Amino acid sequence: MIVNLSVSLASVAFAEPKLPKLPDSPFFWMPPDASVTASNTDTLFNAMLWISLIFAVAIFFAMVRFCVKYRAKSRAANENAQKTSEHNTMLELTWSVIPFLIMVPLFVGGFKGYVNLRTPPRGAMEIRAQGQKWKWLFTYPGLGTPDDTLHVPVNTPVRIVINSVDVIHSLFIPAFRTKMDAVPGRYSDIWFKATEVGEFPIFCAEYCGTSHSDMLARVIVHPPGGYEKWLASTIASADSLSGKDRGAMLYEKQGCSTCHSIDGSPKVGPSWKGIFGKMEAMTAGSPMKVDENYLRESMMDPQAHVVMGFAPAMPTYQGKLSDKDIDGLIEFIKSLK
Amino acid sequence: MASPSATADVVAPRSTSESENYLTHDKGVLSWIFTLDHKRIGVMYLCSVLAAFALGGFFALMVRTELLTPGRTIMDHDTYNQMFTLHGAIMVFLVIIPGIPAALGNIIMPLQLGAKDVAFPRLNLASYHLWVVGAVFMLSSLVINAVDTGWTFYTPYSLTTTTAVVPAAFGAFILGFSSIFTGLNFIVTVHKLRPPGMSWFRLPLFVWALYATALIQVLATPVIGITLLMMIVERTLHIGIFDPTLGGDPVLFQHFFWFYSHPAVYIMIVPAFGVIGEIIPVFSRKRMFGYKFIAASSVAIAFLGFLVWGHHLFVSGQSVLAGTIFSAITFLIAVPTAIKVFNWITTMYKGVIHLDTPMLYALAFLWVFTIGGLTGVFLAVMSVDVHLTDTYFVIAHFHYVMMGGAITAFMGGLHYWWPKAFGRMYNEKLGRMAACLVFLGLNVTFFPQFILGSRGMPRRYYNYLPEFQSLHVLSTVGAYTLGVGFLITAFYLVRSLKNGRIAPANPWGGVTLEWQCSSPPPYYNFHKPPVVEAGPYDGYENLMYDEKIGGYLPRKAKSG
Amino acid sequence: MSESTSQSVTEPKKGGHGAPAATHAPAAGAGGHGHGHVEGQAHLAHHFDTYQQQFDAGKLGIWLFLLTEVLFFSGLFCAYTIYRGMHPEIFVYAHYFLNTTMGAINTCVLLISSLTAAWAVRNAQLAQRKLLIFNIVVTVACACTFMVVKYFEYSHKFHDGLLPGPNFHPTEQVWELESFKKKHPEAAEYAEHLDKLGEERAHRKSAAGSADATVTGEYERPTEEQIEPLIKAGLIGPHAEDPYRISKPKNAHVFFGIYFCMTGLHGIHVVGGIIVWLWLLKRAAKNEFGPKYFGPIDYAALYWHLVDLIWIYLFPLLYLIH
Repeated sequence: MIVNLSVSLASVAFAEPKLPKLPDSPFFWMPPDASVTASNTDTLFNAMLWISLIFAVAIFFAMVRFCVKYRAKSRAANENAQKTSEHNTMLELTWSVIPFLIMVPLFVGGFKGYVNLRTPPRGAMEIRAQGQKWKWLFTYPGLGTPDDTLHVPVNTPVRIVINSVDVIHSLFIPAFRTKMDAVPGRYSDIWFKATEVGEFPIFCAEYCGTSHSDMLARVIVHPPGGYEKWLASTIASADSLSGKDRGAMLYEKQGCSTCHSIDGSPKVGPSWKGIFGKMEAMTAGSPMKVDENYLRESMMDPQAHVVMGFAPAMPTYQGKLSDKDIDGLIEFIKSLK
Repeated sequence: MASPSATADVVAPRSTSESENYLTHDKGVLSWIFTLDHKRIGVMYLCSVLAAFALGGFFALMVRTELLTPGRTIMDHDTYNQMFTLHGAIMVFLVIIPGIPAALGNIIMPLQLGAKDVAFPRLNLASYHLWVVGAVFMLSSLVINAVDTGWTFYTPYSLTTTTAVVPAAFGAFILGFSSIFTGLNFIVTVHKLRPPGMSWFRLPLFVWALYATALIQVLATPVIGITLLMMIVERTLHIGIFDPTLGGDPVLFQHFFWFYSHPAVYIMIVPAFGVIGEIIPVFSRKRMFGYKFIAASSVAIAFLGFLVWGHHLFVSGQSVLAGTIFSAITFLIAVPTAIKVFNWITTMYKGVIHLDTPMLYALAFLWVFTIGGLTGVFLAVMSVDVHLTDTYFVIAHFHYVMMGGAITAFMGGLHYWWPKAFGRMYNEKLGRMAACLVFLGLNVTFFPQFILGSRGMPRRYYNYLPEFQSLHVLSTVGAYTLGVGFLITAFYLVRSLKNGRIAPANPWGGVTLEWQCSSPPPYYNFHKPPVVEAGPYDGYENLMYDEKIGGYLPRKAKSG
Repeated sequence: MSESTSQSVTEPKKGGHGAPAATHAPAAGAGGHGHGHVEGQAHLAHHFDTYQQQFDAGKLGIWLFLLTEVLFFSGLFCAYTIYRGMHPEIFVYAHYFLNTTMGAINTCVLLISSLTAAWAVRNAQLAQRKLLIFNIVVTVACACTFMVVKYFEYSHKFHDGLLPGPNFHPTEQVWELESFKKKHPEAAEYAEHLDKLGEERAHRKSAAGSADATVTGEYERPTEEQIEPLIKAGLIGPHAEDPYRISKPKNAHVFFGIYFCMTGLHGIHVVGGIIVWLWLLKRAAKNEFGPKYFGPIDYAALYWHLVDLIWIYLFPLLYLIH
């Protein structure tokens, strides 16, 4: 492990797809508030900031004052402390009850906000989000292939249904102040209603392995009409694409780019550059030729034959790629000489 | 404690380090490895825990160094993930949980009770040996293929990663037993080995704190034991408890894990409260204000700590009802904690305040723990927690309470009892300087992390968006400052063992029983159990500072 | 502390302070090498003032330890409860595979050993060396019997392919088991019938190469006795593995994972108990126990009672599921 500190052989290059940009915020502590779900959080956070400031300053002030005012001259002086009372039940009760009273509205506010966060409004538009190592894939109604970016219309309640195909991830959209774990084997959801047009980052917030910190995405909030236009054109182009163009599109959208480069550098998986037609040694069994059959098998049953030197980390795409998709990817790989 | 009398035992200490004490009593490595003396066991724990702290700190500096730039700085993804995992696992399991109870508590608690030893000395030794064995297992993961799951071992990632999870988890399992045995020992000691006259409400607050901690250790630790065991069995035999592909529930692991790990954080902080409860009265020459409230609040915190584990699970898919209950009880815990802080400060009111190194650490604790505690309230609010959880805000919160709380108090206690344990005074100037550096370093390291977190920076991130860089750089500068502060501390403490001024029995003028035996104490602690006639903070006026020995002696006038 | 220095030097009534042997005297609960071989006159550890204090400390200590053991097992009981609540059919299915007779034998054996353990405490208190040795021997013998029966049970499971996780390949169908046939004879027959049908259909499917493999013949509505046990055990219905053919419930192996964990952990504790009893047997033979010093036997018996109690919970939870 220590050796890896200086030398990086299979270094995972910083993700090539566009990085989300951290938008400027009018607030010091918080990102911009871009959803109706943000105001409760911000109000409570600010309230607590002030309460904490007051208590912290009071405590600090008392401490410093006492240290200055009552500081001993020296030990040799043998000063004795003045007589003061050693307990005062009234005082104890006071400074128990007052903090308690302060906390009640905080608790109630938090409870209300939480229930709101967890209750998608009826009729909200639904988009599916799937977490996998290490990419988010969003599926839209009517669009067969998933997209790696979350597109939503402004001022519309949206419900995201979340799941994971491998380990626990967490969908975190700071600008909307919402977060929910993506747990394999079950579905969870979040909702929001974006109030600002623009682009905001999406992070994975539950540690999921090597490229946890690269599992970024963006949510693009479209102005009125923009979302429908985007969806329509994407559906059209996705359907219209075939062959290696389709493959190139899927390379990004289906998350292959996370683990396979196209420029020859090894990542989590082998690079696709020049791989078609090669004889490759496998981790077990005899070497195999990387032909159409091998590529199809790798997509449907990736653990069957793993190229030597790589970990058996690829998830299966069974059910996620149509025959047209598979053909497109094969053509694309063939084209990467 | 009982008005100190002018017996020969108390005055004799001048020549202690030349005459026999527990350190010189028996010679040879074996006499240490198989010792039954609680003081020696405590010293071994102290050395081991501090060594582990250095190792954990090294990993922390590695992590912070990597985070100087948004991309790769000095290591790759996987190494980084291993670094933060090891940092967390070492600090939690090897340093902070044993920390104050095993190192300071073992040396001092029986002395404060006027006892000859803890109730079960052999169990005590076993507890230390188990620590060593657990440490070996955990660190063996380092050389095999260092674990990279985070110290929380969440499933299903911990079931599928190819790193050496089993040795690390098994090490933690064994360390759990070390902790249980310590706790068991302390509970029985406090119940059965108190001297005549020491009723419950005459116990020093350090003992109250250790007692409350021991209750948690005994009740909570078995649960993490069985959880880790189940995780290991799941990983090796695939029984299907946590693995969703085999019909298991990965969130169940989180419930089991946090059922222990939340009380565990109280194992970390309650002893720290006890140390502060010793230092502040002595360095203010006053009785503790609200003694009974403080004692009761330790136990209340221990009890309530068992009921809040779900506040780590607000975004895991836990039901709203469960979340609400956990949030409400989490708020409740803030109340006894606040009481303590107010009581400590009130103790200083109209006192006579000496700002020696232990007191500086205690004051640092008050400030840093206040911040840490207040930010806990942020996280208790359910809706705000949804935004803040799994971000740097949480990291900042728990480092403020664990590092700023527990470690600062540990340092304070170490400096407070150093003369007693080793018979030497350290260099006070260096002590104060290091304390200031540590305090500065703490704040510079962790305060920016609050801002990073609320702005959305998630935790356990190797790469990050460039806009976060300046805060990360600031945090790293603070981390190195902390490191320097601790290095200086190590330097002058070690040097004092050879070159320090010989310590008197009572350098600080404490009135609890440990100050009545010599520094260092003799092998058998006390000739006979002292009879206690007063509370643990009574009798400052009976002591007088003697410049010649640099310590306090009972007033001659009283003893006649 | 108003006593004068002189008192600290003379010690005899306090028992043990400053006595040379005491510097090496070990912890209370475990006694140590004493110097008196007068019966029961062992080991007052140097840090205790009286035998009573030593005994009380040990008693509190062992109770605390037992508390930790309860919490330790509680994690597994909790997992059991959750899984049984979520998947009752798995538990119904699996319990047929367990041999209730063997479980009952083990229960009796442990109860007897608890009796002899309790009796042994009395023997120690009254310094009845021979009886004490006898009772410890019987306790150990019962414990060993328990482990032997357990060995047979485990080897049966291995043999029958009833292992946790991916190694779960039962050699027998549940409706072929004696325990199932005895309890639900009509259902067992009906299950055989369904199984044959399913096999025919599978043949036809592979022969015809298509999913259309309709079964011809009269359809007879099954009776309550025929169908209910099958549904309860998840052999057919929404929880079954194979929607088209009578099979076992999904993830049936989970029960055996829990079974082996719970009984295995319990077995480890039985073995631990055997080791402790053997050590105490050696000390009893050396006549170390008497009215002043019988703590170790008392504590071991308490531990043993807990081990027994845990089994008393395990037995119905695992073997007697309805």
